[in-house]
Amino acid sequence: METTFVLEVPNDLRAIERAVDLVVGRCQTCESQARRFRLNFRVALAEALANAMLYGNGSDPHKRVRVDVTVNDAEVSARVTDQGAGFDPDAVEDPTTPENLMRPGGRGLFLMRQLLDEVRFNDRGNSVTLILRLEESASFDEAASA
Amino acid sequence: MSFSVVKQDGVTVVDVEGQLIVGNRQELKQKVLDELEGGERRFVIDFRQTGYIDSSGLGVLVSLSKKIREQGGELRLSGLNEDLRTLFELTKLDTLFRITHTKEEALQGL
Repeated sequence: METTFVLEVPNDLRAIERAVDLVVGRCQTCESQARRFRLNFRVALAEALANAMLYGNGSDPHKRVRVDVTVNDAEVSARVTDQGAGFDPDAVEDPTTPENLMRPGGRGLFLMRQLLDEVRFNDRGNSVTLILRLEESASFDEAASA
Repeated sequence: MSFSVVKQDGVTVVDVEGQLIVGNRQELKQKVLDELEGGERRFVIDFRQTGYIDSSGLGVLVSLSKKIREQGGELRLSGLNEDLRTLFELTKLDTLFRITHTKEEALQGL
């Protein structure tokens, strides 16, 4: 069985927590992997929403962020789309290298990639799809120790 | 998020309650910077009552650590739950901070 739903989120950082709660609350099949879902998916979705609001939409309160969620027995995915011009995700540097470790920013996208099974952008760079597989995926502990 | 600040044996101890995230990180940053400007040099931030720190919150801690070190001081962190420790390990920030289980451990030798 597959469930899909869409959230239209105002471009307001205060809306992130509630939006994440709404998505997580609709994902009943994810309870079997509580920690991966609680930590990995929640963190990644919150980071994607913050990036969309701050950088994609440039903190413009008149813009919105759209979240398309699909949940089935195999995976949960969320496509987060802002109304900005997009960016090049490959241009974002690794924040864990010695020269970047003291930089205050640049960890959001890194965390998304570390915590999820798949993160992919559209060509324009204003839409990111986050995928957490619910079966046959690397465990969080394996990812954390890699 | 809310936080309280107490001075304990010459160390400024900040207890954070709630999430440290993009929407509130500046409050904590400003409070610690005010203490630094006031002459304080030794800091412990305790996250025993914190469920989540996002990348912006991590960035604020990095920024504060840098500024405190530049003034010859030190910032230690304590009370991180298992999820938070994982985030610090993934981002390798566990190599940047002295992280202890309890506030009392953090205060030892600081």
